[in-house]
Amino acid sequence: MVNRIVIGAHYGLKDWILQRATAIIMALYTVIFLAVIITVGPDSFVAWRGVFANGFMKFMTFLFFVSLFYHAWVGVRDILMDYIKPDGLRLLMMIATAALLVGYTGWSVQILWRM
Amino acid sequence: MADMIIKKKRPKNLDLKSIRLPLPGILSIIHRISGAWLFLLLPVLLWMLQSSLSSAETFAVVKDLVGNPLVKIILFGLIYLYMHHFCAGIRYLLLDLHKGVDLESARLSSKIVFVVSIALTLIIGAKILW
Repeated sequence: MVNRIVIGAHYGLKDWILQRATAIIMALYTVIFLAVIITVGPDSFVAWRGVFANGFMKFMTFLFFVSLFYHAWVGVRDILMDYIKPDGLRLLMMIATAALLVGYTGWSVQILWRM
Repeated sequence: MADMIIKKKRPKNLDLKSIRLPLPGILSIIHRISGAWLFLLLPVLLWMLQSSLSSAETFAVVKDLVGNPLVKIILFGLIYLYMHHFCAGIRYLLLDLHKGVDLESARLSSKIVFVVSIALTLIIGAKILW
């Protein structure tokens, strides 16, 4: 009989790495976005839309959103694991969070490609 | 064996009022709270982006909304939450690389995070909102 101790051993290593990888992508995007805002100063509708009509910015913005949603998944899941004690409620809230974030991904595609 | 490890009694102090949180601890809890708020406000921010991009009329609606002093204050707070999460996040990435893990530099870097995130909020808030 194998007695496994249910602690340690790479549980969540993938999420740990992805949380950091997505953080780096978002940090770089933040710098790019602020640089664009400060240099272009898009205060009219045409100029603002022009920022996201640019192929590079569209791609980077989408990459930012996908990173944000995955990053938010890991963070919110950690918060739920820490504070929501009843198993059923925690599971329900995790499912709701995941569903919301998948929905937001679709929404961000719509925002960027149907503008 | 497994039972012994799981049942081992550990000292606990959950009386929050008796805990004096050091600065890196305050930074940590704000990192968590800011992350939670940014997550909760995602639908509002996505709606604002969508409206600002879909037509000149809806762009004007968002512009009017952002012109409201109360909305400005909320957005200013939101920029702070983002900047704190951003700066504290960079600090955590450096800690992951074992940079600044000793007590003195950890305290210094958390001070830097507070100063820089407030400075960035003021600069960016001034640039975008006013």
